[in-house]
Amino acid sequence: MSEAALYVGCDVGSSRTKVAVLDAGGRILGLAVRKSGTDFTATAEACLAEALAAAGTDAGRIARAVSTGYGRLNVRYAHEQRTEIGCHAGGCYHAFPRAITVIDIGGQDNKVIKLDAAGRRTGFKMNRKCAAGTGAFLEEMAARLDIPLERMNAMAERSTDMVRLGSFCTVFSATEVLEHIRHGKKIEDIVKGVFYSMIKRIVEMDSLTAEVVMTGGVVAHNPYLVRMMEELIGRPVLVPPHPQFTGAIGAALYARSGSGEP
Amino acid sequence: MSEEKKAPRKKLAAAADINQFMRDYYLELDAAAAAGSPKIAWCTSVGPAEILRAMGFLVYFPETHSAMLGATRMATDLIPEANAIGYSPDICSYLTADIGAFLRGVTPLQKAFGIQSIPRPDVLVYNTNQCRDVQDWFVWYGQKFNAPVLGVHTYRGVDEVTDRHIVSIAKQLEALIPPLEKIAGRRFEMEDLRRAVDLSRQCSELWKQILDTAAARPSPITFFDGTTLMGPAVVGRGTPKAVEVYRKLLAELEERIRRGEGALEEERYRIYWDGMPVWGRLSAHAQLFASLRANVLASTYCNSWIFSALDPNDPIPSMARAYTELFIVRSDEAKEDYIRRMLSFFQVDGIIYHDAKTCPNNSNCRYGMPQRLEKETGIPSLILNGDLNDLRLISDEQTKTNVEAFIEQLEERRR
Repeated sequence: MSEAALYVGCDVGSSRTKVAVLDAGGRILGLAVRKSGTDFTATAEACLAEALAAAGTDAGRIARAVSTGYGRLNVRYAHEQRTEIGCHAGGCYHAFPRAITVIDIGGQDNKVIKLDAAGRRTGFKMNRKCAAGTGAFLEEMAARLDIPLERMNAMAERSTDMVRLGSFCTVFSATEVLEHIRHGKKIEDIVKGVFYSMIKRIVEMDSLTAEVVMTGGVVAHNPYLVRMMEELIGRPVLVPPHPQFTGAIGAALYARSGSGEP
Repeated sequence: MSEEKKAPRKKLAAAADINQFMRDYYLELDAAAAAGSPKIAWCTSVGPAEILRAMGFLVYFPETHSAMLGATRMATDLIPEANAIGYSPDICSYLTADIGAFLRGVTPLQKAFGIQSIPRPDVLVYNTNQCRDVQDWFVWYGQKFNAPVLGVHTYRGVDEVTDRHIVSIAKQLEALIPPLEKIAGRRFEMEDLRRAVDLSRQCSELWKQILDTAAARPSPITFFDGTTLMGPAVVGRGTPKAVEVYRKLLAELEERIRRGEGALEEERYRIYWDGMPVWGRLSAHAQLFASLRANVLASTYCNSWIFSALDPNDPIPSMARAYTELFIVRSDEAKEDYIRRMLSFFQVDGIIYHDAKTCPNNSNCRYGMPQRLEKETGIPSLILNGDLNDLRLISDEQTKTNVEAFIEQLEERRR
């Protein structure tokens, strides 16, 4: 492969679109993220332009592009599509090349993906239709509590007496939150309860074997979730260098391999 | 570059005969309902149809009607009608769709065959081997039509089928005869039952041979074909016509095997399906798997109308055995043993479990079975959340991503 060749991965998620530009050696040259919005095609184009600018290059060097995520079929410049499950797995294995269990917390869904030491998937689970435990759940709760999403992490960290939310359901959880507000519970304690509820939903999805890696935009912006997960499962949890971009990086790695193998 | 892939689907010529069979079947029922003769019995899908046929009833199966409501995508709009009168959205969506259709005064038979309404029953006969919901369903209609409702109450979680099971179910079957004689206005003749059981057995054997053709590589048939070809096995067992159409279908499939022709253009992966089909997505799912070069070629569901125990020389006990050996009423151990044999017989690469929200009896993934079987066989599995009829319980996007990721996983195993 030419040294000058670039490989692009575009992850059009339900909430954000991410693009990663890699060189033939797998080094990350440029990253970009935007709200996916309502025109996935345009967002993917804009995101690519931004990532290429960050890499200090132009589209002429792109050898191959792979798209992933909900909007994967809307990316005009993609040569191939792969599922976000494959791409998150590939992106995480690139960072941690050994047997791992990947947890991805996305905007609309969560995934638990198991990889063997060779990076092959041995199984995966997506959350059921319900949004509880996903980024959408966090957004809903932030709206209920009338606090900006970006302040949630710091607030959860300040909690001293976490409340417990018992319900599976986002709507029922919101009702529980209202009840805690009514009883004068501190917002920090409610936010931590929301975080705890999210990770509980994830550990219910599958058994977490091997080393655990957490990834996704929600983890990138709320690293306290990782600490809480470590406490819950009683062992360290790994996070790749660019957790929000893992899917895009995995897609770019697929593009680089050209054979459907990251 | 970024388009949904389309995979051509091959049609079976015998499918037209099966459509004609179904048309004739429903038209005969409609004519009988209009004339008041012959008498009409409603029967659950694995109810005692042979006894009913032996006594001269035409037999109507509401479950098949409800599957049509699902396949025509009428069900989802009708289910709320039943919900509103107290039948929960969490219970069988065959029941809720069918009762909803009745309340709304619509039927898919109208568009398909020009039939205005379902045939009025003279009697309704259930076997709870499918679920308790069939009893509730039939009782509701029994009250609506002021018609008697009779039933057989099955065993559940059966590990080994023993004589005790057989004696008990056979007694229940025998107990149906006196009230049915009154309704039919004629005496029950064992010779007639022998004939019906013989025809049922022949139909069952042919249906088994048809489904077993999927063991060929490539398979000449898909599960999605099977769900539409199974009509005669369900509604026509015990009739000579069902035997006739299945002979023709089997010959066509055997010819495909001789020519080395598969149901798909390319069959790279062989998948087993456990659980109900998603009736409103049959075509979409067939297309999705075909585009991934994956053939869902065998299923517990289609196999559930194979009744190898039926014996014309011992009609009632053999019916009792056939209807108790049924997968759906067995213990998980017996079910797992069965699926293991199927995975091996059909040389399967992966298994998909459909977790149908409103059909717990046909959702076998809720008590650790996928994990146990995967550990024992090494064959990967995937659980799809969905429903047989209620499309409100389905996320097409999640299904697609799950299926694509599963095929990617199977692909990785080959490296």
